[in-house]
Amino acid sequence: MSSVYQVLPGPEHFLPPAAASMGVCLPDSGQAHIHGKIVNEEEAMEVAARQFLAARVPTIFPGPLVLWAWNEKAAKKATAIRHLYETIKECVTPSQEAMLIPMPDYRPKYPKINPEIEINPNHPNLTIWHNKIDTCMFVGVHCHQANLSLKIIRGGTCCYTIAMCAQAGHEDAMLSFRDATADKIMRLADCVKRLKGSVKPPED
Amino acid sequence: MATQSLVGTTNRAGQTVTDPWELMHATERTPSFFTGSEVIKEAVRRANCDVMIAYPITPQSEAAALIGELFAEGFIGDYFRGESEFAVMSQCAGAAFGGARVFTTTAGPGTMRAMENFPMWAGARLPIQMIVTCRGINSPLSIQPDTLEISYLLNTGMLVWHAETAQDFYDWILKGYMVAEEPDVHLPLALCCDGFFVTHTKDVVNLTPADMCLPPYDPYRSPVPCMDMECPPVRMMRDPFVMKSNYISYATHASWQQEVWAAIERSRKHSIRWLDGLIEVDNADADILIVSSGTAVSQGREAKCMLEDEGIDVGIVKVKTLRPWPAEEIREATRKARHIIVPEFNVTGWMAKEIRATIPNPDRVYAGPHVCGGMTMPPEIIAADIKARLGLRAESLAGRGS
Repeated sequence: MSSVYQVLPGPEHFLPPAAASMGVCLPDSGQAHIHGKIVNEEEAMEVAARQFLAARVPTIFPGPLVLWAWNEKAAKKATAIRHLYETIKECVTPSQEAMLIPMPDYRPKYPKINPEIEINPNHPNLTIWHNKIDTCMFVGVHCHQANLSLKIIRGGTCCYTIAMCAQAGHEDAMLSFRDATADKIMRLADCVKRLKGSVKPPED
Repeated sequence: MATQSLVGTTNRAGQTVTDPWELMHATERTPSFFTGSEVIKEAVRRANCDVMIAYPITPQSEAAALIGELFAEGFIGDYFRGESEFAVMSQCAGAAFGGARVFTTTAGPGTMRAMENFPMWAGARLPIQMIVTCRGINSPLSIQPDTLEISYLLNTGMLVWHAETAQDFYDWILKGYMVAEEPDVHLPLALCCDGFFVTHTKDVVNLTPADMCLPPYDPYRSPVPCMDMECPPVRMMRDPFVMKSNYISYATHASWQQEVWAAIERSRKHSIRWLDGLIEVDNADADILIVSSGTAVSQGREAKCMLEDEGIDVGIVKVKTLRPWPAEEIREATRKARHIIVPEFNVTGWMAKEIRATIPNPDRVYAGPHVCGGMTMPPEIIAADIKARLGLRAESLAGRGS
């Protein structure tokens, strides 16, 4: 199915469609997508880095696949994610606030989660709204739960979403990488560092 | 990918784990004369399955029993009989939640009895493969071929493929796992065939080597956590988190459903690669196209030959996958056709309805001929209906045999 549908920051709709149902396809290895358009991974690296540097509250949401050291790869990724977070924090101005908020599990929590300390796939918009997050990156979240979150965020918030997926990527993010490794996350951190000072920070 | 690193190792039965693309496309094939049921067994032998759960119902019972022999020979990790079709499908879910590659077979009323499980499988993102050897489902009882049950599967959120021949069946069982287990798909597959016509007839089928098998299922690539009792989807079984009455719960459930259908869409890319397209077209330039799936296509091919002998040019479109539905492919294939004939082995003509909803100028679609309840579909009746559509005289077949 060919598509003219663009995956853009919302709020999009009371119930936005899944981007895959609108004809948006996932990238192949070595590629990424931006707004549903397939691009070279290097191009996406730069756009993602610029998004972090231009955001008021650039935020990383690490999920259970990287929060627990259940294998060597996960531990390495966690170290790389921490490095990316520290890099973003170093590279933004004092008026910007980089955040690292975990999605520790997918349990439904009632009456609601504490949005200051976690994000939940069943109502991720609460954390976005509460912290005024305008750019976020999902990493280490199971694909199904990531897609739920990304679509709900697109539906009800204006947050720019990035997915650093270890599998095939996410159409429901505005920008998605695939086959994520610790090295790829470190490359993104390098890109943020390289572009430091070249991106206009948000105006007060 | 963890499974790739296992290529070259041996499994529990001593088979060599082989790259699946190489297994299906580059290994030497051995022609073998088998029934469809035997073909199911031979495909499962090479599928590196962990669990097969069985329950007897015609016409799949023979295949289910033959797979029991595979268990005895060490090719399957576990094999047992459930208490009913509903129980079987629930047990399949349990095995898949636990990270097993699961295979089962059913038919007709068995499919209907187990129906509640299929949207659950899809919602839980369980890549179970279920063979559906279609037969009559209504009262009075009929064990004979009839494809009405497929229409009930179309909106379950499962992938639904419809094999025409035993060769399709063999290849698609193996390829089906490769598509269904992709992390961006990860959905159950209902691989359907027309009972008896495929299961109980013999055909020459080219088999891949018996000492080679697919890589095992890698549950760590699943898009949902594996058997976590505190998290959906497992938690849904005991405490439906979306049963709370508030907007957030409704929106979550809606997004969950959308994600299942998004996964069907994502399967297109993989299905096109593995099945060499979602449809197969022969002579799309013809004014008259026969479009269908399953053995109705085979009968259509015979009708095409008969009509060509009379100088009437006819094309054939074989629909391989019903979910994902090949809408764009069908629109393109039928672009030039003036008459679209849809023969079906069911009373409602669900395939014709799908095609009518897909193409411009749907008046071109002739929903028929239909047979059901086990009737055969002689190619002569397809040819006769085409002639009638063209305003040509055709010999009546109603009195045949009198």
